[in-house]
Amino acid sequence: MRKLFTAILASAAMAAGSAGPAAAQQELKIGLLTTLSGPGSGLGTDIRDGFRLALEHLGGNLGGVPTLVIEADDQRKPDVAVQKTDEMISRDGIYLMTGQVWSNLTLAMMPTLARNRVFFISPNAGPSALAGKQCNPWFFNTAWQNDNNHEATGAFVQKKGYKSVYLLAPNYPAGHDALAGFKRYYEGEIKGEVYTPLGQLDYAAEIANLRAAAPEAVFFFYPGGMGISFIKQYAQAGLIQDVPLFGPAFSFSQDILRAVGEAAVGAYNGAQWSPDLDNELNKKFVTAFREKYGRLPSLYASQGYDTALVIDAAVRNAGDDWSDKATFRKALESVVLETTRGAFRFNRNHFPIQDFYVRRVVKLEDGTITNRVVEKIFEDHADAYADECRMR
Amino acid sequence: MPRFSEMGWRWHLLLAFALLLAFALPWLGDDYLTKLATRILVFALAAAALDLVLGLGGLVSFGHAAFLGLGAYVVGVMFVHDFEGTTILGLAPTQNVFLQFLLAAVLAGGFALVTGAVCLRTRGVAFIMITLAFAQMLFYFFVSLRRYNGEDGIALWNRSSGGGWLDLEDLAVFYYFALAFLVLFLAFAFRLYHSRFGRVIRGSKDNDRRMQALGFPTYRYRLTAYVLSAAVTGVAGVLLANATYFVGPAYLSWHVSGQLIVMVVLGGIGTLFGPVLGAALFILMEEFLPDLLDLVATGSGEYWQLLLGPLLVVVALFARRGLLGVLVGGGR
Amino acid sequence: MDLLLLLQQTLNGLQLGVMLFLMAAGLTLIFGIMDLINLAHGSFYMLGAYVTAWLVGLVDAFLPALALALLATAAVGYLVEVTTLRRLYGRDHLYQVLATFGLILFFNEGIKLLFGPQPIFLQPPDWLSGQIPLFGAPYPIIRLAIIAVGLASALLLWWLIGRTRLGMLIRAGADDREMVQALGVDIARLFGAIFALGAALAALAGAMAGPILAVRIGMGEDILILAFVVIVIGGIGSVRGAFVGALLVGLVDTYGRALLPDLLAVFLERTVADAAGASIASMAIYILMALVLAFRPRGLLPARA
Repeated sequence: MRKLFTAILASAAMAAGSAGPAAAQQELKIGLLTTLSGPGSGLGTDIRDGFRLALEHLGGNLGGVPTLVIEADDQRKPDVAVQKTDEMISRDGIYLMTGQVWSNLTLAMMPTLARNRVFFISPNAGPSALAGKQCNPWFFNTAWQNDNNHEATGAFVQKKGYKSVYLLAPNYPAGHDALAGFKRYYEGEIKGEVYTPLGQLDYAAEIANLRAAAPEAVFFFYPGGMGISFIKQYAQAGLIQDVPLFGPAFSFSQDILRAVGEAAVGAYNGAQWSPDLDNELNKKFVTAFREKYGRLPSLYASQGYDTALVIDAAVRNAGDDWSDKATFRKALESVVLETTRGAFRFNRNHFPIQDFYVRRVVKLEDGTITNRVVEKIFEDHADAYADECRMR
Repeated sequence: MPRFSEMGWRWHLLLAFALLLAFALPWLGDDYLTKLATRILVFALAAAALDLVLGLGGLVSFGHAAFLGLGAYVVGVMFVHDFEGTTILGLAPTQNVFLQFLLAAVLAGGFALVTGAVCLRTRGVAFIMITLAFAQMLFYFFVSLRRYNGEDGIALWNRSSGGGWLDLEDLAVFYYFALAFLVLFLAFAFRLYHSRFGRVIRGSKDNDRRMQALGFPTYRYRLTAYVLSAAVTGVAGVLLANATYFVGPAYLSWHVSGQLIVMVVLGGIGTLFGPVLGAALFILMEEFLPDLLDLVATGSGEYWQLLLGPLLVVVALFARRGLLGVLVGGGR
Repeated sequence: MDLLLLLQQTLNGLQLGVMLFLMAAGLTLIFGIMDLINLAHGSFYMLGAYVTAWLVGLVDAFLPALALALLATAAVGYLVEVTTLRRLYGRDHLYQVLATFGLILFFNEGIKLLFGPQPIFLQPPDWLSGQIPLFGAPYPIIRLAIIAVGLASALLLWWLIGRTRLGMLIRAGADDREMVQALGVDIARLFGAIFALGAALAALAGAMAGPILAVRIGMGEDILILAFVVIVIGGIGSVRGAFVGALLVGLVDTYGRALLPDLLAVFLERTVADAAGASIASMAIYILMALVLAFRPRGLLPARA
């Protein structure tokens, strides 16, 4: 089925003259497996759209090699993700895999990919499990280690001199990592550290307790729907003027801002990217994305875009021998590149070394709610797990 | 479902064809197909086990994902301790798949015994909801269980060991292993269906009071069926973990319970063989429907559930006996 | 924890309960009368929130948008009843689960097709924004509005079922369909109307909860399971039971989250208490449900003896 589909696509591409006959012999096949249906498909769609845009900008080639991207929907189910991974490996013969949003699906796919010697370039999920002792020669992350954006926010809250904070996160590994990351750089008093059930709807009880604890600032990590609910309810409780909100970029990404509106204006968040970062590539990306898809790009879309750029650079580095896996790994490891977020390179554990910024949520003159850079908080920041990594 | 001797020629043809296909499949040498078929076998086992309470007992359990998940977590927890070289409750972890089966069956069956004792006091919709509630409890338990990575789950870098004489890493071996369990269970369930136990359960489904008046302690019969079904679903969980090299709370989500019900009804409820067909059909649709749609109109593949939804509605409305009913006619 | 804070938390619990009641009322009505288990009730909730948000964006007036959204959702509900669910009355619950599970998939993807996969914006109107002081802390007016709407719906349902001809037919229809038909009532139309009413109630819940929650695909499933817990605790088919069950679930859930970590910290280390408290709090309502059913298998206030 998919073979047939691929063949049709390939012949269509040939007819259009986009791929020369010589190039068709050696084609870079990339699997893009992400969440495209059901709840949670927002992030997957953003990553996919960003990746597609980059490929378009690069003329359908990565590193000068004609590229075929095979997309599939994992429905946010780990067993489906593994099944689709199997399919892409043994049916389509993909050379590398990307697209994944979630930490748990990333971990689920990892054994299958490593066993079949397929590169996995995660454009989002960067669980600590793959950054430290269990770092893997087949795994690369082009976004961040999960803790990074929390660390950036922690450093900023510390620098601003807030003497006490109240912390909230969902009761799951990413939530615990988030607060641990924040506390790595924040040294003031912790007035409360609250873990709420995953998928909770109403935060009235937590907000009442928080008010009673009277902290100087609040740091929270709630991605997706939880974040939207929390920000709305926090603003409605009338607290946002007295006790400012801080969070990682995920708590204030463009998809969330669209849904919460002015409630979030004034909040600060740590991020590796912002739509107003001043570089040519980023301007081109933001304008083109808006033009093509009719919405502002989110953090996740920029990660999808940058992932394609990183692969592009790696293939170019590797030269004619790119299909040799050892060569390609070396080429990936030594990628040094300007991306939409500025300078990018990999650490020894295959996670990024990059700058981090603090952004503020603002309302523009045309009414758009979006993020603007306040300052650079970390220069060439690496994650806390890299030292434990002994890459084989 | 008829006795073997009463089956018509279409039954025999279908069974012969299914067995032949199942045995021949790995010989095609297509790794992807073998893996896909393995996944079908695993879900077929779980769905057939669910049919034991659903079809036989008329008990709509909306929480079977909990048993599947418990079985899977046996493999995950053992893997973690084996990897770390730590003990669990003072005992050495085991990677032996047969011991894991035993543990999974005991754990899932035990959980079913405790919760079933409460659930089976209710009927109808309340039963659906309370089985769902217990499954949700377990789901949240595993999501917040930090020792075993909570919602991130556990990546398994190897499959369970086959006790020294089976290499489960081998695709074909693992496939036949799962197939053997499915066939064994179907044979057992088939006998059960026509046994006195099966007749009491079925009688209790149609008219519980009458069976009680006849002197059968139907509550105990139903509880036994529930525990049995859970234990087998737990075994399927061990296979699922091994098939996917992964264990996580997502296996206990209510969507999985719903999916198992869909498989049973899709194939034909109360027929034991039907759920096997249902599992195959569901997984094949999940796998190929997006591609098919993309062939019709590029980019429409991601909206495949827009088609799946109404399809399920149609099955619910018209195909009372499911796919099996269509294939073998009257059937029941 | 001081008394004022306890009062605040009690109010929060009651408010959560009332919000759950809004969702559960339509569900239990349809359960009780048609004996139909409707998983797609959450889809009507989502539809109510989405259509309200969309209309507010167009006309910038909350009440008219809300009214239109209720009508639209009721119409969709009626359509679903006529084309699909009508054929499932009297069938095994299993088929109802299957069909309405299919409807969930359909509505989720349909919404995605129409509105895109990203969550959308819905804010309380200006006259419901802001706070008033209550128990020593500012309390959001929108939450008071939810309480008011929830109580009003409870009263309306009580009046409708207990005091009107329609209510009499509903009660009679639930007990004995042939009897009602013999009276010359078109039972098919009656059921269609009730289903539309249930859908409108779900839409009302969605539109009222939308301004404080995330309006996104799948938002219905999050709250649907809670609503199921509510009606099972209250007694399936009983609107009174749903009300009591909703308040109970709201209170248990809120107290669990607000108080458990502090209570556990008396015996346990702080970090352990926080984690354990969160884990138990997430299971609290399910434990409550299991306890209730263990002692009263038909719920607290069953509809019919």
